[in-house]
Amino acid sequence: MPRPGPLLAIACASALPLALLVNGAPAATPNQQNFAQIEHGRYLATLADCVACHTKKDGGPPFAGGRPIETPFGMIFSANITPDPGTGIGNWTEQQFDDAVRRGIRPDGRRLYPAMPYPFYTKMSRDDVRAIRAYLATIPAVHNRVVTNQLPFPFNIRMAMQVWDMLFFTAGEFKPDPKKSAEWNRGAFLVQGPGHCGACHTPKNFLGADENSKALQGSPVQGWFAPNITSDKTRGLGSMSVEDIAALLKTGHDRITTVTGPMAEEVEDASSHFKGDDLKAIATYLKSVPGGNDEPNRTPVAANDPRMQAGKAIFRDTCSACHGLDAKGVSNLFPALADAPSVRSPDPTSAIRVVLRGARSVATAQEPTAPAMPSFGWQLNDDQIAAVLTYVRNSWGAAAKPVSSDDVKNQRSALAQRTD
Amino acid sequence: MARKLPHKDVVIIGLGWTGSILAHELTDEGLDVIAIERGPWRDEATDYPPNYAQDELRYRIRHELFLRPDQNTFTFRNKMNQTALPIRTWGAFMPPNGVGGGGVHWNAETWRFLPSDFVLKTHLTQRYGANFLPEDMTIQDWGITWEDIEPHYDQFEYLTGTCGTAGNLQGKIREGGNPFEGPRSRPYPNPAQKQGFGHTLWAKAAKELGYKPFPQPSGNMSQAYVNPLGVRMGPCTYCGFCEWFGCGNYSKASPQTTILPVLVRKSNFSAYDNCEVTKINLDGSGKRATGVTFVDSQGNESEQTADLVILAGFSIFNVQMLLHSKIGTPYDPVANTGVIGRNFTHQCMSSVDAFFDNKKFNFNPFIASGAIGMCIDDFNGDNIDHGPLGFVGGGYLGQVQTNGRPIETTPVPKGTPRWGAKWKQAVRDNYLSNIKGGSIHGSMYSYRDVYLDLDPTYKDRFGRPMVRMTIDFHDNELKAAAFMANKYAEIVKAMGAHTIEPKPRKGPYDVTTYQTTHLNGGAIMGTDPKTSALNRYLQSWDVPNLFVMGATAFPQNAGYNPTGTVGALAYWSAKAIREQYLKHPGPLVNA
Repeated sequence: MPRPGPLLAIACASALPLALLVNGAPAATPNQQNFAQIEHGRYLATLADCVACHTKKDGGPPFAGGRPIETPFGMIFSANITPDPGTGIGNWTEQQFDDAVRRGIRPDGRRLYPAMPYPFYTKMSRDDVRAIRAYLATIPAVHNRVVTNQLPFPFNIRMAMQVWDMLFFTAGEFKPDPKKSAEWNRGAFLVQGPGHCGACHTPKNFLGADENSKALQGSPVQGWFAPNITSDKTRGLGSMSVEDIAALLKTGHDRITTVTGPMAEEVEDASSHFKGDDLKAIATYLKSVPGGNDEPNRTPVAANDPRMQAGKAIFRDTCSACHGLDAKGVSNLFPALADAPSVRSPDPTSAIRVVLRGARSVATAQEPTAPAMPSFGWQLNDDQIAAVLTYVRNSWGAAAKPVSSDDVKNQRSALAQRTD
Repeated sequence: MARKLPHKDVVIIGLGWTGSILAHELTDEGLDVIAIERGPWRDEATDYPPNYAQDELRYRIRHELFLRPDQNTFTFRNKMNQTALPIRTWGAFMPPNGVGGGGVHWNAETWRFLPSDFVLKTHLTQRYGANFLPEDMTIQDWGITWEDIEPHYDQFEYLTGTCGTAGNLQGKIREGGNPFEGPRSRPYPNPAQKQGFGHTLWAKAAKELGYKPFPQPSGNMSQAYVNPLGVRMGPCTYCGFCEWFGCGNYSKASPQTTILPVLVRKSNFSAYDNCEVTKINLDGSGKRATGVTFVDSQGNESEQTADLVILAGFSIFNVQMLLHSKIGTPYDPVANTGVIGRNFTHQCMSSVDAFFDNKKFNFNPFIASGAIGMCIDDFNGDNIDHGPLGFVGGGYLGQVQTNGRPIETTPVPKGTPRWGAKWKQAVRDNYLSNIKGGSIHGSMYSYRDVYLDLDPTYKDRFGRPMVRMTIDFHDNELKAAAFMANKYAEIVKAMGAHTIEPKPRKGPYDVTTYQTTHLNGGAIMGTDPKTSALNRYLQSWDVPNLFVMGATAFPQNAGYNPTGTVGALAYWSAKAIREQYLKHPGPLVNA
């Protein structure tokens, strides 16, 4: 079926002069003839994964907003960024759009919440943002009014964000480091800017701002733990080659691991569509990001520890059929638990979640299989899950903090509240 | 009043093996395809995950994955002068239901038929003379040759990752494979599975007796595999829960593990599950299908129009659909006219139980897979001279013990009490040292009085007449069964069994005990519209924009499991649709 896109976009463009009269400010219609700009904007929107937050899950119209975004302070609903004049951004001027994307300021002068990752998008240039706007002007306008701020008191007071911005937000474009390669600089721009990797992977302070000294060292997100993606060899990406990281972002799978959870969505919507050179640039940069040193070198839990013995038995019975007795898995299908850094993350949230709830990996054009892990929450109790994870985290040369039954219990009750 | 849905290029009835293959091939052609599946969507991790898939009571005994007779069943009788009664509990065969169809619960034994099987009537007549065949035997040639079908066997084997040892590679006979197989263009995509102790000993004994044992071709993976579509499977764990069960380990070839992941990503493919097609609709001329009518789980009726209709249900349901849709002339065994329902066949399975000294033999029968085992083909098809034997057909013989599941795998020697302390002791003594149901996969050829038609009395839930099966064994098949059971007994004797209990299939046909789910025929392919429902491309002679997939098209059954041939025929038909039909929609064969 032909998409009605172009027609609607024309209708929208012709509505703009009217809006101009109403607002009295020039909306500066993007030039629909400017293919190069629109294409640049389309790719930037992919790099920035705009569609993920600005589209309702399960088939909402693209960019029409309304998807709940989870923050530690409550739910925020994504805005409609289609060119609809009434409920979208059709009436916004170029300056208003730029202010929102790069400075977190709404057309009415009030502040956005950083669920919209303007602290990252500020690294983009004005031309970049102009291109994104040109691209968004080509998509079908959808009339969909979204009440974005549904936070509880006192977080619903947008004024507070002025203080937050003063404390934590530094506006400014990305400045290349002349001492580094062009590839590294491209990677740094993509990671710190449109890719907004830190939004999930960088630890947050009590006000939800990034702890930049611990950039990309892992952070809880949506009931998962976004893993350490620094050069740390045991917990991060340090033992992976640039090609491995690029392939993982492209396909969602590699010899050791399989992408799942919120990252599966990112791979599907965004990084599987990145250009090969950009993926390599991202990998090059990530491999240069220093890891954290606050986790001491551990010795593994002793093999004769009762938790390890129970865990070993449970692993043989319930895990080895897919992951293998040697935990080497099957390349691009079943993760090699023996080698997977995310399994021995200091924060075991994701590992506990996967065992309790199961998980589905991502399907991509290169790797369409999308294998899934079944749920074991109904079958194994908290002690058993703690034991098997303690065993997995402390075997095959790995050493990580044991998982306690309370960890599992807490995660079990937290997950009971979650529908995702 | 049926709700009318937006028109599609193609509607496919049933999303099992053949529905998935046709959907994939035709979406590749750029067509807008919708599949309508009677049963639920099925997926490894959510429907049969490895943490409860191995539940013998749930799946084997209580038939979890299968169609419920309440939804659809058949009536059965042995002879034309009897009154048929409805089947209320499945027994002799297990009709599949749901996405993936029989591909979810099969054993994954992935055989090719013999070249002579496709020209059976011609071959046997030439070798033995026309009078050698029983008068009421209605076997036919398929209308295709080995050269036509071989490339598509190859396609299906590479799609599903078949594990085996080639016996005839481009005409060269290879040690360790099946020397009787037709020449294959390529080796199997994967090496054969590992064999258990019992399988290996059986093969050794067979070899010593002068036979040519080889590993059974298996769709349970011997190693990790990536198929040509980029879909991955993991290695089989030999858990022994294949047939009747789904595989949550991504190790058994099924539409889910080979083709659906790619299909569901295509924007020109869509599917309804839990929707039962009740009828293929025809236009006023009766020569053109306009689409289908289906009923969803709420009972709402919808009409899906399409230019091309693919009937891809389980064999007997395809015949039911044709009869209810009044497509083709129903078969009349008395007048010997008509084609729909003609040449219905099943299988003529026999077995041998054998017991061994438990101090010398420990077979660990629970280490197994659905298609594990060693076989010989020396008595299959026309691989032996049937002249002195007085029958035609045969089957493969194999030690293909697929499991040691506790409820069903407790064979005890004859004379053992059926319960109590002595029974328990006998189970204990024999569990590890027996061959249970050593398999003789006998062919069943077609006969004038074995057929499907509509029952005069019993109606289904939609008020339509049920399909009536009239089926019994004939002397030819029973003679073959007795002959092969003796041969099998000789092999296990040479293996060292102390007690041997041959169980050759005996009549009458029994609908209550399991044989195989290999129901075949009823709308067969061929060269003459008077004796076949479909032409050589599986196209309906009567309604050229209808193609009918599956074992429905087999003119008679061979001594093998049918899925390899079902898959190959689907690719063969899809090729004809893509390369010929779509360019010139209309009959592909003029008769």
